[in-house]
Amino acid sequence: MRFMTLSVVLIKLVRAFITIWIVASFAFVILSLTGDPVEILAGDDAPLEVQRYYEQKYGFDKPVWEQYLNYLGSLARGDFGISLSDETPALDLVLEAIPATLQLGFAALVFALVVGGILGTLAALHRNSWLDRAIMSVAVFGYSIPNFFFGIVLILVFAMVYRLLPSSGSGTWAHLVLPTVTLGTHLAATIARFMRSSVLEVLNQPYVRAAKAKGVPELQRLARHILPNAAIPVVTILGFRLGDIVAGSIIVETVFAWPGMGRMLVGAVTSRDLAVVQAILVLTAFTMVLANLLVDFLYGFLDPRVAEASDTRRRAGR
Amino acid sequence: MSQANAAPAVIAQRRWKRPPVLVLVSFAAIGLLVLIAVFADLLAPYGYRDQALLNRLAAPVFLGGSWDHVLGTDQLGRDLLSRLLYAIRFSLSIAFLGTIIGAILGTFLGLLAASLRGWTGETIMMMVDVQASLPFMILALAVLAFFGNNLTLFVLVIGINGWEVYARLARGAALSVRARGYAQAIYAFGASEWRLYLRHVLPNIAAVLIVQFTLNFPQTILLETSLSFLGLGVQPPLTSLGQMLGDGRNYLLTAWWMAVLPGAVTFIATLSVSLIGDWLRDRLDPTLAD
Repeated sequence: MRFMTLSVVLIKLVRAFITIWIVASFAFVILSLTGDPVEILAGDDAPLEVQRYYEQKYGFDKPVWEQYLNYLGSLARGDFGISLSDETPALDLVLEAIPATLQLGFAALVFALVVGGILGTLAALHRNSWLDRAIMSVAVFGYSIPNFFFGIVLILVFAMVYRLLPSSGSGTWAHLVLPTVTLGTHLAATIARFMRSSVLEVLNQPYVRAAKAKGVPELQRLARHILPNAAIPVVTILGFRLGDIVAGSIIVETVFAWPGMGRMLVGAVTSRDLAVVQAILVLTAFTMVLANLLVDFLYGFLDPRVAEASDTRRRAGR
Repeated sequence: MSQANAAPAVIAQRRWKRPPVLVLVSFAAIGLLVLIAVFADLLAPYGYRDQALLNRLAAPVFLGGSWDHVLGTDQLGRDLLSRLLYAIRFSLSIAFLGTIIGAILGTFLGLLAASLRGWTGETIMMMVDVQASLPFMILALAVLAFFGNNLTLFVLVIGINGWEVYARLARGAALSVRARGYAQAIYAFGASEWRLYLRHVLPNIAAVLIVQFTLNFPQTILLETSLSFLGLGVQPPLTSLGQMLGDGRNYLLTAWWMAVLPGAVTFIATLSVSLIGDWLRDRLDPTLAD
């Protein structure tokens, strides 16, 4: 199997690097535009000595370009500054919250893939039946229901009326159920729609008809011929929709009091804890770019024909 | 001459198909919401800020409340129906304004990227990639954190959302039109590049842009309601659907309708516009259909 050429890989890496650099610079620019950072760090009623201390400590007395270089340097070393609220390095705070976010995000991803994949395949195999129409209607609902509303309805029904599941917090598997469903439903609906059209397209391919003519049993045809080929566009949109999961987790974590990065971001924005906001911004950009790179390479691996046509990926996301 | 004119009309007639019932219902729902938004101050029985602390968390009529407050009252005794009507006005206006800002900004930057190839164009497209690779919600939160919140900034932030899609569409269309024969002919007549874009490219991609607008609109509503829900968007005393839902969240046990009503309205709005957008897309550009 032919893989991407070295130059394509290099270009992708350079673009990824530039993206992270732009986001980091964006954070720097708006941080400098907000006014005197010393006031923000020390509070505007801080004594003059304290302001001096911060000024020297963070080098605010130096020219802007030098501050910028220092800033990039400290980011590269993983130093995002000190959190205002409890004097610990912002990076440590954020890193502490990441496992919870990853757990929830991963659970939602698996939920979306399994539910969306199965529903989409079922709809395609029973095209134009009542099952198809029912699944696609549910998908439209799942696609457009606001996650904060969905989460609250789930809490009302499952935690307050029937008292089956906890409404907030974390710790047990039961705590994971409602946030996972809330976060994963939008993606599940998207995947179901893509999976349906993708399976329909594959069903018409000569190799599937050949397998049918040859007498390969249906389940085996599904597992060996249809699903692997239908999965390609779905992998593609996963890369795009990862951002939805990240954005969604901000809401869902807040609704369910899930102790992750999203809820931390909301808290940090509310209290204007800029170091934490900045750390989350840059780290998220880094993760997203990395994930997109992985999807790019994975896609090139799954479908060598389009390894070099990066536009295909873009089109498929629309 | 008359025959030549008649032919396209016949084709147009044959193509016209009554939209599905669901789409008609969606149009009706959106029409109703727009009417409410326009006439909120005539329809609302109370002011959206009028408090009556003695009559807090009153139940709506369908749960045994009185007809004085059809949908009940909130934690400050404000009439929920009135607040809901005004919230529809604020949320729809902000989303509409934001979507327009994004569409104009994106289209302009896309055309600019097409006309200035080389470094400027590359930079714009690079910004498109950056914006597309990062969840906008996080950028929006960062900007609101750094600058603090006010309504103008909030609308601008909402407006920046989604510009990158318009930019890609406009740039692609401009580049492809420029390569055609008629564009070369227009150049030869001495027209400027921008004249070509505004007079010939824009009308050609208007349909695609309108579809994108309807697809983008529910996203913008969701962005606004989400941020307001988190308490980081529209600030009191103004109200929005998201803010009402955020308030109601604290009273789920005692007054569930406080959260469910604005949530349901948001859902109806996004669902209707999505259905219309999907239908428009399938009609105007069958190649994009799922």
